[in-house]
Amino acid sequence: MNRSGIFVGIYFVLYVLVQVMLFKQLVLFNMAFCFLYVAFILLLPLETNPLILMLVAFLLGISVDVFYDSLGLHASSLVLVAYFRNYWLGTITPQGGYDTGEGPTLAANGLQWFMVYSVPLVFAHHFTLFFAEAGGFGIFWFTMQKVMTSLIFTMFVILFLQYFSFDRSR
Amino acid sequence: MQRLFNFFYEYRTFFAFLLLEAFCAWLLIENNKFQNTKFFNSSNRLAANILGFSQSSREYFSLRQINEELSRENAQYKTLLERRTQNSGIPFAKSDTLVRYDFVSAKVINNSVAQFKNYITINQGEDAGIKPGMAAISIAGAVGKVKSVSEHFSVLISLLNIDEQVSCVLTRTSNFGTAQWDGVDPRFVNLLYIPRHVQPLEGDTVVTSGYNAVFPAGIMVGIVKEVKLKEEALFYEIRVELAQDFRRLTFVKIVKSELKSELDSLEKTTIGIRP
Repeated sequence: MNRSGIFVGIYFVLYVLVQVMLFKQLVLFNMAFCFLYVAFILLLPLETNPLILMLVAFLLGISVDVFYDSLGLHASSLVLVAYFRNYWLGTITPQGGYDTGEGPTLAANGLQWFMVYSVPLVFAHHFTLFFAEAGGFGIFWFTMQKVMTSLIFTMFVILFLQYFSFDRSR
Repeated sequence: MQRLFNFFYEYRTFFAFLLLEAFCAWLLIENNKFQNTKFFNSSNRLAANILGFSQSSREYFSLRQINEELSRENAQYKTLLERRTQNSGIPFAKSDTLVRYDFVSAKVINNSVAQFKNYITINQGEDAGIKPGMAAISIAGAVGKVKSVSEHFSVLISLLNIDEQVSCVLTRTSNFGTAQWDGVDPRFVNLLYIPRHVQPLEGDTVVTSGYNAVFPAGIMVGIVKEVKLKEEALFYEIRVELAQDFRRLTFVKIVKSELKSELDSLEKTTIGIRP
């Protein structure tokens, strides 16, 4: 395993721990969740093989599921994000293409691009997650409210961390 | 054949995606049936220890409240004991409740109220005699049912789980209903199947019925807060305020029902297997 592989492994464990020890307890107004671990899949290098991406997403999702006692729930939503990620990256390629060696990060591509990239994917994740958990569209508006508030919360934390690492790299 | 392989190879990402999603969906659907999974839930040792650590560090901030609860519980037991010693002149018959139920006290190490399917992890397991299907109560009222156990930990299905139903009775009118959570507010559950001819009132007490032998009869569930009856409806819409505030659950007792297997086997031979 090369150096970056080890770093990815460490980040994997770190994201799971932060998710289950901190953000699992931190639910705002009883409806806004932060599923920060989605950022791990969003921020993997551009040229990651989609098969590997989905496999990693599955493992990460299952690890989170173990702590949430919801086997398969987080895994299915995250695999969905992993599948659409590379297609979405291809669709929104900025003019002149991506810089080689840079990840799909805010620092490399700017705030506007990063929002266009992450918001739909995080929304897709939250949407499938909450509706799968509710077992259908029975309580649609309440579930939708959960999706939107959680989207704002998760995006806020992801952006905060992006700016944080952005400053450090300067 | 070659072309078929080529086709699969061409769309391998998509097929891998379908395969993984199908597997996840299967896990999700089967999850409720895995009564004895020991590894893939928060009762596995690593997960439980991590959650226990995070819980114990949070506990420092609520020590005062935990103390209050425990002392209140103590006071309650003291009154009960006092009453019993006062009655001790009467020889105590082989009481039903004494024989039927045994209790194991456990600490909550993981709990959530904001999801649709909430579970509670506690720090007692198989070695304390806990088995799937047993009831969990607190001093205030009913809490849930044991879903799966590992050696030292167990996972409970909280009453705040949209799949969980508890057979209840309205004490004033003695009508039976089913308590089920609607997934919205962790303070309230709905009481279903109370027919039109009954007159439930705000403030009525709802307790467990003891029909399924999981919960002992008469365990407090909550108090009726709101009663509605639609024009054409067969049943009332009743909101019950839970006696136990699930957001501050710290200790639970697991009820070992000694007669459950006897009751189940008797019912099975007479009415057949329940759905």
